[in-house]
Amino acid sequence: MVHNRSIISHNIDSGCFPSPHLDAFPAGLRVLVVDDDPTWLRILEKMLKKCFYQVTTCCLAIEALKKLREKKDAYDIVISDVNMPDMDGFKLLEHVGLEMDLPVIMMSVDGETSRVMKGVQHGACDYLLKPIRMKELRNIWQHVLRKRIHEAREFETFEGIHLMRNGSNHIDDGNLFAVGGEMNLMKKRKDLDNKHDDKEFGDQTSLKKARVIWSVDLHQKFVKAVNRIGFDKIGPKKILDLMNVPWLTRENVASHLQKYRLYLSRLQKENDQKYSTGGIKYFDLPSKDSGCVSFLDSLNKQQNDGAIDNFRYSDGTLKLHMESTSHEVDLNGIVTRPTIDKIRASVSDIIDPKIRKCSQIGHNQPYESAESEVNHTVFEYSTVSTQCSWNEVPKMLLKEEQNTQKHFQIDQSQSMNSDPSGYTSDYISPVNSMALEVVTFPSQSKSLVANDQSPDIVFTSNLSSKAPGYNLGCISDMEIYQRNLLLDSHAALTPLDEDLHLLLLQGEYYNMNFGMQNIEMSEYSDPWIIAEVPTNLYDSADYS
Amino acid sequence: MEKNQSRMQLVAMKQSFFDQGLLDEQFIQLEELQDDVNPNFVEEIVILYYGDSLRLISSIEQALKERNLLDFNKLDTLMHQFTGSSSSIGAKKVKAECNLFREYCRAGNIEGCMKSFQQCKKEYASLRKKLEAYFQLARQVGSSEAACRSK
Repeated sequence: MVHNRSIISHNIDSGCFPSPHLDAFPAGLRVLVVDDDPTWLRILEKMLKKCFYQVTTCCLAIEALKKLREKKDAYDIVISDVNMPDMDGFKLLEHVGLEMDLPVIMMSVDGETSRVMKGVQHGACDYLLKPIRMKELRNIWQHVLRKRIHEAREFETFEGIHLMRNGSNHIDDGNLFAVGGEMNLMKKRKDLDNKHDDKEFGDQTSLKKARVIWSVDLHQKFVKAVNRIGFDKIGPKKILDLMNVPWLTRENVASHLQKYRLYLSRLQKENDQKYSTGGIKYFDLPSKDSGCVSFLDSLNKQQNDGAIDNFRYSDGTLKLHMESTSHEVDLNGIVTRPTIDKIRASVSDIIDPKIRKCSQIGHNQPYESAESEVNHTVFEYSTVSTQCSWNEVPKMLLKEEQNTQKHFQIDQSQSMNSDPSGYTSDYISPVNSMALEVVTFPSQSKSLVANDQSPDIVFTSNLSSKAPGYNLGCISDMEIYQRNLLLDSHAALTPLDEDLHLLLLQGEYYNMNFGMQNIEMSEYSDPWIIAEVPTNLYDSADYS
Repeated sequence: MEKNQSRMQLVAMKQSFFDQGLLDEQFIQLEELQDDVNPNFVEEIVILYYGDSLRLISSIEQALKERNLLDFNKLDTLMHQFTGSSSSIGAKKVKAECNLFREYCRAGNIEGCMKSFQQCKKEYASLRKKLEAYFQLARQVGSSEAACRSK
């Protein structure tokens, strides 16, 4: 696409790599090296200089952070040792990722898999073993370029959606050529709600200010700040100060806080309901029953109640009526599957490749899904059961190093619960292998099915149950959809069904098995979860 | 004539380092980094290494003085740093001894730690002497290119 190329070339030519040898990229790449070992620091400096990079060295992590904060755009990439006296390399990695969004390469003499894994989990784009060869350093520019392309692409997608919707491109030039971390500041909103189309676009066209995208990292910081202050004492100003994100305004934080409060209160309500009905067992919580059992029980009940009452669509299509408030899907590259409070699917819109694509998406390739969603068919679910269960995961259960991650999970899940109409279910397992294991489940639910639908369908209908552990407010649309599947098994739906089943199955699997797996499972899917940011937090009204 | 002899000596000396397993390819890497901008790069690095690692060594020694109340974690951390440092100049044998030390640390073997640390220091000191002689000869031979060319 022309836009893509122009963005990249502009990025490369103008602000990003301000060196005299513009055409000699990657020459002039600005590298910040952090290592407490002076010998290595000197060697790396020499090596990098030989690659024609611009090198800045630091022997302290704190010093490095200071340098980075002083001039946000002064560096293209950071290389840091893992073991440093003043700060753990992984912590530095987190900070850099949160605040500057620069690619970070970790180094260590220790190449143990667990360490490398930790590096990757904390967001390192590479992990080098000492002694480092020069050839390994020669190619570090690829990480910088990859990030730029990534950002350009997601912008392109956003732009594409705008074009589709508005028929014109009204994105500011200033926004178009984003440099590095500024991408986060750009307007990115994907409105999937037909009903509110006109209204939304009215808003968008008239809105010129950049909206704050509450990315994973940003939200994490927010939550961290909130918890540090203490929920009863929080105020936007305090949070803003703690977050230490220079470009964020008090208003941004205030609106985000408002949403967060809503979400938490909803979470509280869910908690109460859940506890009263036996709940779901997750992690080590001993007081809850096995999640599996309760789901199946609820299914049973549901079947008995008669699955037809809410059936609204008889024309075989899956155009579901969305009555809930609008929501946005964040196209920020970090976000993979933003939660929405409704499904919108029309048979024609559903495309196999897209779904397959979605199912392959790992947490680090979110833009693919964003792109494929350009034709505004959305299959986004966020976990219902997991959210409910995560509600219960008290912070004390979180291991230290997982704290921020889990933390975010809880918050995220809570926010999902706070969707007004929102049903949510996880629609994609981040790992394909998860989907493979779904097989075991349907067989259980099969026995409970009144009609002889395929287990898949029945399985998915679990999600819509009025069972405990589900957000009761979530029933509406999901349920409708599932009734559809149950009752209308005509050919018209079949191709669609399979795909949707796949999604739902994966989602369901994720829901159901989440409680039954031990913590490792959730930890493994952590990065994915973290990537998800509740869309209801991006509602239009709240941006300043 | 003398210069040629010196050069040959230099080559032989370096070769012996590799043959004895004192140095590994990292040393060659350093030599490749040497250029007109930094004609004595390798020597600079070695000096830097020996200068900085002294404090690590003394820290470890201090920690080992605790005798039977060794803080193995601390020792392991210190030795980890020392290992990393030693890898920077390609000090192969020193590194090997360091790793042995760390194994003893992990096993909580006090005797093993003491012994391997002594070995470590021995290798460290011996390498230093040899490298000092090497660089002295290299300077005698005259050009840094001589040291690089002779591989």
